[in-house]
Amino acid sequence: MILDINPNQVGEGELTEEEQIYKENILDHYKNPHNFGSIDTATFRYKEFNPLCGDQIEIFLELDQSNKVKDVKFKGNGCAISQAAISMLTDSIKNKNIQELKKIKDEDVLTMLGIPIGIVRIKCALLGLKALHKSLEEFSDE
Amino acid sequence: MLNNKLSLNLEKIRKDFVILNQKVHGHRLVYLDNASTSQKPIQVIEAINNYYQEYNANVHRGIYELSEKSTHQYELAHRKVAVFIGASFEEIIFTRGTTESINLLAYSLGQNLKPGDEIVLTQMEHHSNIVPWQEIAKRQSAQIKYIPITSEGELDLDAAKKIITDKTKIVSVAHVSNVLGTINPVKEIGQIAHNHNALFIVDGAQSVPNMAINVKEINCDFLAFSGHKMIGPTGIGVLYGKKDLLEKMSPFLYGGDMIREVSFQNSSWNCLPWKFEAGTPNIVGGIGLGIAIDYLKQIGMKEIEDYEKEITAYALKRLQTIEDLVIYGPKDPEKRIATISFNVKGIHAHDLATILDREGIAVRGGHHCAMPLMNLLGITASARASFYFYNTFEDVDALIEGIKKAKKVFKL
Ligand SMILES: Cc1ncc(COP(=O)(O)O)c(C=O)c1O
Repeated sequence: MILDINPNQVGEGELTEEEQIYKENILDHYKNPHNFGSIDTATFRYKEFNPLCGDQIEIFLELDQSNKVKDVKFKGNGCAISQAAISMLTDSIKNKNIQELKKIKDEDVLTMLGIPIGIVRIKCALLGLKALHKSLEEFSDE
Repeated sequence: MLNNKLSLNLEKIRKDFVILNQKVHGHRLVYLDNASTSQKPIQVIEAINNYYQEYNANVHRGIYELSEKSTHQYELAHRKVAVFIGASFEEIIFTRGTTESINLLAYSLGQNLKPGDEIVLTQMEHHSNIVPWQEIAKRQSAQIKYIPITSEGELDLDAAKKIITDKTKIVSVAHVSNVLGTINPVKEIGQIAHNHNALFIVDGAQSVPNMAINVKEINCDFLAFSGHKMIGPTGIGVLYGKKDLLEKMSPFLYGGDMIREVSFQNSSWNCLPWKFEAGTPNIVGGIGLGIAIDYLKQIGMKEIEDYEKEITAYALKRLQTIEDLVIYGPKDPEKRIATISFNVKGIHAHDLATILDREGIAVRGGHHCAMPLMNLLGITASARASFYFYNTFEDVDALIEGIKKAKKVFKL
C-alpha cells in the first residue's frame, strides 16, 4: 500500500478485502458512471491511455466566460477503479476554475475513492486526473 | 494426492519450487502467470549462488583457475542449449531475452532490406516481434504485412500463401501466441517462406518452455526465446541461427569479446557465437539457464507437454461452465498450450485480477503486450491464466472458485 491511506479505516468492520475495494459506491459509479458522454463544443479535451492495460479515458471540458467549469464529460472504458475515479472526479470539479483544477492532487482522488489502492492499481485510479491535467496544458495563465 | 492421471511427480517437483510454498493474503499461492515469467527451482538458485560464492570471474579473459571454471561453465551452457533444441554450439548466441534476440535480427538483417522489400508477421505477435520490424521498415522503406487470424484464433494459412511472395525477405512468426495460446504451424509457414527465398524466424518465447523443439525439424533459420520463462534466471535469452547465415551477418553490438583483432583503424570479428556477444556477458544467467535445461530434461519435455495438455483440457472444461465467461483462442487442447485468456462479462480484467490476487491467485490482466491483437478481438484487456508443469488441478479449481467469488463481489 502506498500513500497515506489506512485500509483499516475503510468500510465497516467485517468487510473482506475484496469488498473493501469494490464497495457499493465504487460499483455504483462503475455501473452507472456520472458525466459519461462527450461535448462537441468542448474548450479542452484530452485522451489519456493507461499503459498497463490500454484502457483509455477522454475528457471534455467546457469553460464559461470566467474560466470556470460549466460542464464536463468523459468517454472511455476501463476497470471499476478508473471509471469510479473519473466519475467522482468529474462530479467534484463543476464550477471550479482552472487554477483550482490544476491544484487537484493524486491524494485528493485517492481520498475521494476512499479505498485501499496498491502500487499497481494506482495508475488506474489516477488515469482520469492525468487526462484532466493534460487537457489543461494548453491553457496558459497569462 | 495431488493428481490422478498424472505423469509427473508433482509433489517432488513442487518441493523444488520453494516460492510456491507460501501464503498470499492468507491463501495458498496459486501462481498462474507463467507465460509472463516462470518460477525457479532451488537447483537454479543454488547454481547462481555457487557461481558467486565459488568461482565468480570474467570469461574468456583470465588465465587462472576461477576464470577457466567460469568460462567452462558458461560455454557448457551454450552446449546444453544447443543439444536441447537440436542445434550446434556455434549457433547459440546468448542475449538478454527474446526481445533482444529479435532486435539483433532486425538490426543485422534489416540493413540489407531495400525499398519495397516486405517483412511478413502475423496478427498475433507480441510487441517485441512487431516494434523492432516497424522501426527497421521505416528506416529501409520496407513494408510490413500481417498474416490474419481466423475467428478460432488460428493463423489463416491460405492467406499466408498469398501474403508471402517473392517480395518477402523476412517472415517472423510466434510459434505459440502468448494471448490465445494457439500453436502455429511453423513448419508449414517456414516452407512457404523458403519457397520464396525469404528468411524464416520463429519467436519461441512461449513454445520452447512448454514443448519439445527441434530447429532442424521446424527448419527455421532463427529461433528466439527467453530463459526466464523456462525456469531460468531473468536477463538471459537465446538466439539460435543457422551457422552459414550467422557467419554472413554483421554484428549487432560492438566492443570487447566479439573481436579477433583490433587496430586503431579497423577490427575483425571473433568466431561464432562470440561475434554476437559483445562485452562481459550475463555469465551467471547463462549458467543458470544451463541448469534450468538440465532440470527440464530430467522431467522430459514430452512429459511436460503431455501433462500440460491434461491441465489445459481440464481448465477449458471448467472455465466453460462459468456463465458469461468468454475464452479467446482455440477450444481444442491439441491446438493450444495451457495459456488461457478470457473475460467475464461485467468485470474488467484488472478488477478480476485484483480480486483473484486477494484469494492468493496470480493471473495477468491487461493487453499482454499484444495491443494490435486485442484490437482485433475487440477488447482492450483480458484476464490470462497460464499454467506450467508445477501447477496442479487444484490450482484450476482455485481459479474457478476465485472467478465465482469475483462475480459475487460484483453482484453478477
Ligand atoms: C510470444 C512472446 N514473444 C516475445 C516475448 C518477449 O520476451 P522477453 O520479455 O523475455 O524479451 C514474450 C514475453 O512475454 C512473448 O510471450
